[in-house]
Amino acid sequence: MQWVWTNFDKIWGLTLAHVGLSVIPIVAGFILSIPLGYAASRSRVARSILLSVGGILYTIPSLALFFTIPVILGTSLLDPINVVVALTVYAVAIMIRTATDAFVSVPADVQDSARAVGFSRAQQFFAVDLPLAGPVLLAGVRVVSVSTVSLVSVGALIGVSSLGSLFTDGFGNGNLPEIWAGIVGTLVIAAVYDILIIAVARLLMPWNRRPARVRAVATKAAHA
Amino acid sequence: MNIFAQGFQWIFTASHWTDVNGSAGIGAQILFHLQYTVIALFFVVIIAVPLGLLIGHTGKGRAVAITASNVSRALPTLGLLALLILVIGIGIVPTTIVLVILGIPPLLAGVYSGLESVDRQTIDAARAMGMTELQILFKVEVPLAMALLIGGLRAATLQIIATVAVAAVYGGNGLGRFVLDGIAQNDFAKAVGGAVLIIVLALVVDGLYAIIQRFAVPRGVSRGSVGRKHAARGGSIPVVATTRTPITEGQ
Repeated sequence: MQWVWTNFDKIWGLTLAHVGLSVIPIVAGFILSIPLGYAASRSRVARSILLSVGGILYTIPSLALFFTIPVILGTSLLDPINVVVALTVYAVAIMIRTATDAFVSVPADVQDSARAVGFSRAQQFFAVDLPLAGPVLLAGVRVVSVSTVSLVSVGALIGVSSLGSLFTDGFGNGNLPEIWAGIVGTLVIAAVYDILIIAVARLLMPWNRRPARVRAVATKAAHA
Repeated sequence: MNIFAQGFQWIFTASHWTDVNGSAGIGAQILFHLQYTVIALFFVVIIAVPLGLLIGHTGKGRAVAITASNVSRALPTLGLLALLILVIGIGIVPTTIVLVILGIPPLLAGVYSGLESVDRQTIDAARAMGMTELQILFKVEVPLAMALLIGGLRAATLQIIATVAVAAVYGGNGLGRFVLDGIAQNDFAKAVGGAVLIIVLALVVDGLYAIIQRFAVPRGVSRGSVGRKHAARGGSIPVVATTRTPITEGQ
């Protein structure tokens, strides 16, 4: 515990770095997956292509992806952008499947009704499809958020600083409190993100406060 | 892109398969990687399968399982490994413990959500025919849930393969060795070669599971996929053509 107080500045700095590396992939993954998931829910060809590509990308182990990105982009190995890109790739790969399920879960009669009362394609998407897909999308983004926060630390292996640096440093110095600080810090960031995401979702989807049925569907999607 | 060529050249240098700078070669490291994976998978299966069958069949303990899997998803692999190696000491034991902790949730989720996906009416019919609970479980639920069950095993295996690669940072063996040593020694051909080998290993294992999954589904059962639901509502046929309530003349 003593170590934590004397090194609080270091831990705080790495926490901010961790947050900086994880926010963009979560937001970008969510935004990119919406058009992709929508396309996959409309066309069988798009679905099989997008879901296979997503599956393959998600299969690539983190160490290999983190190291391959700079080689492909031509960036320097220590550039934090590598970690951001790699994590965005994972986020999209996870989210495509959930977003597809989310849009497929919109009842066909509701879509037909929207068209029957004269909604344009765009109106139907923003006023009908997106809000109804919301709860499942929410479940997906929560999974992405948690796994992104935990994966950021692997970046420490290619020299990008985050709370993961506490693990490699702490291991090198045989310093247990340092490792504990990193683990607890990661869990705290993940918990704070989750609370923030739920708060935003409540503001955007006030009708989704306590529907047990939708939540059951959402958790199922998160495990699919 | 030239670095990729060097990476492939590194892989296709025959001597690297038996010996890399005086230590274990590609062949040996692939075996190490698989050995860690198989040992961990063994423990994952004997823990997660019975637990998942219990939760899925009785429907009890589901909330606990979901919470546990969410927490384990948040746990940073590197931190967990560093902690256990410092506490237990270097060797296969701490690595295996971490691999098992990370491998259990995906398989557990696959098993219980597989059982949950089985139609309640089918189970009731089996019960009405006088099957015992164990018969229902192994003759009805498990075969029908097989695709999701193997899907869970597939996710657990890939999670473990990825984690073994990362675990090399604390001195373990496996294909991660080449990547990390390559970076440390500024030998990028070796690092890229190692990364490519890890990716190929993961994709090959994934492909094998895809084949097994296809054969594991009993005949006459299609995996209740999203595709069927979509097709059922007529794809892109205009609304007018898919009148749901047939209008009969004379009413």
